[in-house]
Amino acid sequence: MIVKGVVHKYGNDVDTDVIIPARYLNTSSEKELALHCMEDIDPAFVTRVKKGDIIVAEDNFGCGSSREHAPLAIKASGVSLVIAASFARIFYRNAINIGLPILECPAAAKAIGNGDSVSCDPATGTIKNESTGETFSAQPFPPFIQNIIDAGGLLNSLKK
Amino acid sequence: MAMTMTQKILAAHAGLNAVVAGQLVEANLDLALANDITAPVAIGEFEKAGAERVCDCDKICLVMDHFAPNKDIKAACQIKRSREFAIRNRLTHFYDVGRMGIEHALLPEQGLVGAGDCIIGADSHTCTYGALGAFSTGVGSTDLAAAMITGKAWFKIPAAINFELTGSLPAYVTGKDLILHIIGLIGVDGALYKSMEFTGDGIKSLSMDDRFTVCNMAIEAGAKNGIFPVDESTLDYMKNRFKREPKIFTADKDAEYEKTITIDLSALRPTVAFPHLPENTKTEWDDIPVHQVVIGSCTNGRISDLRQAAEIFKGRTVHKNVRAIVIPATQEIYLQAVQEGLVETFIRAGAIVSTPTCGPCLGGHMGILADGERCVSTTNRNFVGRMGHISSEIYLASPYVAAASAVAGRLATPAEVIE
Repeated sequence: MIVKGVVHKYGNDVDTDVIIPARYLNTSSEKELALHCMEDIDPAFVTRVKKGDIIVAEDNFGCGSSREHAPLAIKASGVSLVIAASFARIFYRNAINIGLPILECPAAAKAIGNGDSVSCDPATGTIKNESTGETFSAQPFPPFIQNIIDAGGLLNSLKK
Repeated sequence: MAMTMTQKILAAHAGLNAVVAGQLVEANLDLALANDITAPVAIGEFEKAGAERVCDCDKICLVMDHFAPNKDIKAACQIKRSREFAIRNRLTHFYDVGRMGIEHALLPEQGLVGAGDCIIGADSHTCTYGALGAFSTGVGSTDLAAAMITGKAWFKIPAAINFELTGSLPAYVTGKDLILHIIGLIGVDGALYKSMEFTGDGIKSLSMDDRFTVCNMAIEAGAKNGIFPVDESTLDYMKNRFKREPKIFTADKDAEYEKTITIDLSALRPTVAFPHLPENTKTEWDDIPVHQVVIGSCTNGRISDLRQAAEIFKGRTVHKNVRAIVIPATQEIYLQAVQEGLVETFIRAGAIVSTPTCGPCLGGHMGILADGERCVSTTNRNFVGRMGHISSEIYLASPYVAAASAVAGRLATPAEVIE
């Protein structure tokens, strides 16, 4: 499935506390969490984000806490894909487990800018910056991981 | 094939003779843990999968510590959901107010984790138990839900960095200074996906509480786990606590490490991580006025930490511009602090002492920061907004430095206050 959207660009070490501050962790409702997504790094994100948009960040995206509320908030806010130069390991695992597509691609993370329009086929790892015409290729997931994402998460994939 | 300590533990739990870095394995778990924030999400996933009962009621542990005692109505409802799940599943290890403590101080103390174990927890600081010679790592709620159903988890076998410790720590320098020094050296992603394995003669001079603090913050360097070899101190600690038979694994002499970093403990000084990343470490600074001090958390809320703080507070008072908050990590530590007279020392100095809770560490309750306020904290993260307002600042430090700063009203080393 090809995803396409406008990019929200961030730098290094975007931590889970700024993705979803702990003061909102007294709920596990995805919709409620999405209302505060990225609040402490980019307060206007929730008003700007549109369905299908893409987050691009540099190194160590999602560092810090194990809160699955972080990828849940991103997914529920309408984001279709997160591209980063690298991900913190618990966030990486959580994103796959809840079915949020993510790709590691240092070249794309460096070159793509805020507001660019980007399209991507997560299954092949091909990323195209529609605003500049540049293309990048990320290592796609092996089929068993892609199945989890396509099913909408680990436990959904187990149910099938 | 030579293996690291972590690799040997994972191989044993996967029923394999040998593993190599990068290999995917499915391992049997000795314990799976969640808290009042991560358990409700895991319970939701557990139910979504159509599961009815956990695989083993002795191997799932739920600790109500983050927003407990209930900080608001929503937190109360989340904790109620976890409590009802625990009752329905007859969980042996459910810890609620009155019995609970901060999970990563509580589990070792109660003997639920020990040498040779393979443990996951839906909390990033689950890596703490590496101090006991166990493999333990943080995961999310969905991984935990799967573990509650199957008793297993999949892992990619990590490569390792060897931290060879020599010498011994000087006075007023602790395990906290050591781990902050290391994070300053390698950065917040310096050990991403890897094991941090500690070796060398310097280990024997580190107390168990020092080792817990060091492993606790392995995640702050991006690591999958941190681990110490088992020695006399480990065995002494587990004696009369650990309910199962300890299994001692040692790294092969020719185990492969991506690199070896040698650290002379005797050269370390009181180290502070400045806002807003744990890697921004300094040993010297100018005048930095402080508004709040927090001494506690899964990093530094153990009895040695409280003793160190009390050593500074004894016969001194908290500066008039500072609110000092001391939080013993468990009921047992709290009681010990009462019996040893530490609580009296804190109260006489003008600090407050709270019931165990993660509370302020993650900006939950019990000491939230206003705009522009500065806090010296013995906790583990100084990210933007972590303890309150996004313009507040957190300085991560040892209990000695935190207590000295409370007395001085500014960021201070113990030497500045004692002299």
